[in-house]
Amino acid sequence: MAQKQFAGVTVDVNDEGYFTNSSQWTVDVAKAVAQEEGLQLTDTHLAVLDYIRKSVEGGAALTIRSMGKCGIVDVKGFYGLFPGAPLKKATKIAGVPKPTSCI
Amino acid sequence: MKNFLILGAGTAGTMMANKLRKELSIDEWNITIVDQFKTHYYQPGFLFIPFGIYKKEDVIKPKSDFLPIGVNVVYSKIDKIVPEENKVLLDEGQVLKYDYLLIATGTKTSPEEVEGLKGSQWNKSVFDFYTIEGSVALAEFFKSWKGGKLVVNVAELPYKCPVAPLEFVFLADAFFTERGMRDKVDITLATPLPGAFTKPKATKLLGGLLEEKNIKIIPDYNISSLDNEKKTIVDYGGTEIPFDVLVTVPTNKGDDMIERSGMGDDLNFIPTDKHTLKAENYDNIFVLGDASNIPTSKAGSVAHFAGEILMENILCEIEGRPMTASFDGHANCYIVTGHGKGTLIDFNYTTEPLPGNFPMPGIGPFGLLQITRMNYYGKMLFRWIYWHVLLKGKEMPISANMTMAGKKL
Repeated sequence: MAQKQFAGVTVDVNDEGYFTNSSQWTVDVAKAVAQEEGLQLTDTHLAVLDYIRKSVEGGAALTIRSMGKCGIVDVKGFYGLFPGAPLKKATKIAGVPKPTSCI
Repeated sequence: MKNFLILGAGTAGTMMANKLRKELSIDEWNITIVDQFKTHYYQPGFLFIPFGIYKKEDVIKPKSDFLPIGVNVVYSKIDKIVPEENKVLLDEGQVLKYDYLLIATGTKTSPEEVEGLKGSQWNKSVFDFYTIEGSVALAEFFKSWKGGKLVVNVAELPYKCPVAPLEFVFLADAFFTERGMRDKVDITLATPLPGAFTKPKATKLLGGLLEEKNIKIIPDYNISSLDNEKKTIVDYGGTEIPFDVLVTVPTNKGDDMIERSGMGDDLNFIPTDKHTLKAENYDNIFVLGDASNIPTSKAGSVAHFAGEILMENILCEIEGRPMTASFDGHANCYIVTGHGKGTLIDFNYTTEPLPGNFPMPGIGPFGLLQITRMNYYGKMLFRWIYWHVLLKGKEMPISANMTMAGKKL
């Protein structure tokens, strides 16, 4: 399994760069991952990341739609925070597995 | 007498009515099935209607043809389920009590979920092929269309029959090629998926086919609205796509009745144990088919495989034994690729579609992740199997859970 250094912490990642051990995540690690994605994390980013981590821990399957109902941002706002492919980027930075599309 | 109640007489409900009537003693069990409509649609056939391969009459039969003697059939709308009181309220005030309930109310398209989608261009230059009305209207439109930009868009996940939009663009390519106007038609598929499919091996084959057929794919596309004046769609990322004709796969939702009953998730799908097929929060309610939230394809083949597992678990439950059968998410999809050929994928919750032969290792006759004429015959033969074997709840020589035999890693 691949490993990567973020903010001085060694984390286990898969070949797409997603954390395989969610407990290795810290806010500083997240900031370093975000930097690699070209993003500076704000408090709103962190609130969204916290929501994602809690939802995934609770077994929820995240979708773009469900993120729009998270109470922090709407779907447009979510795109604004993580431009391009927001769910993929946000889950990567949140240290949780890439959401699986159920097909 | 005890009551087994089934809501929904579509693919899943009809096959379970047949299985249950065979298994449950007629002296002990009343079986009742409720549906608001009297017509059964062969939904896989909707795909072929826009291209003149099937007509409306090829895909409809009366539901009553497929429901066994000894099952009470109630044609009525459903108001809601009251799970705490083991009863279902129908429209017009009728009340049905149950000892066990099976929910098989499926999924339906909800174009109103995307702003502007069901606007002034609906059924003029914006069509769907997941309803009989949409596919028939599109067939009429294609008859006289002179060409331009054809855009196929999937609004959001999950949606019924995940390979259907791919089949649609493959068939469109073949249709316009055969009419000698392929050079006048620009075909684009805009999808929220990261590629042609989600899993690597199938994505490689299907993505390669798109390229070979000169069909453009725009992945990670999440539509936000449609502009009926400009004839464009735009996604949350700001990407605008102009169209002359848009074929949409609208948001799929479970039945509104699920929402009224307070039993669904934000898309009205019912949280269901993906292995036992029992509703997560209720002891005497099962869910089969598209109405559940289990993480596999919403497709008739899944309902069929899951139905065999469910029948075993229902018997366990009724006889007071632990539920021993476990569903693995098995799905099996024939994919038409145009010009009388097709491919086939067979997979489950954990195993991605792999190449090989099906159902007999080394022999087939069908080829997994191979493009063959035999696979196309399989797809076309399936309509007969659907009406005569599948809906009647009869056994097929294919195991309910997926097998690795015949697959190559």
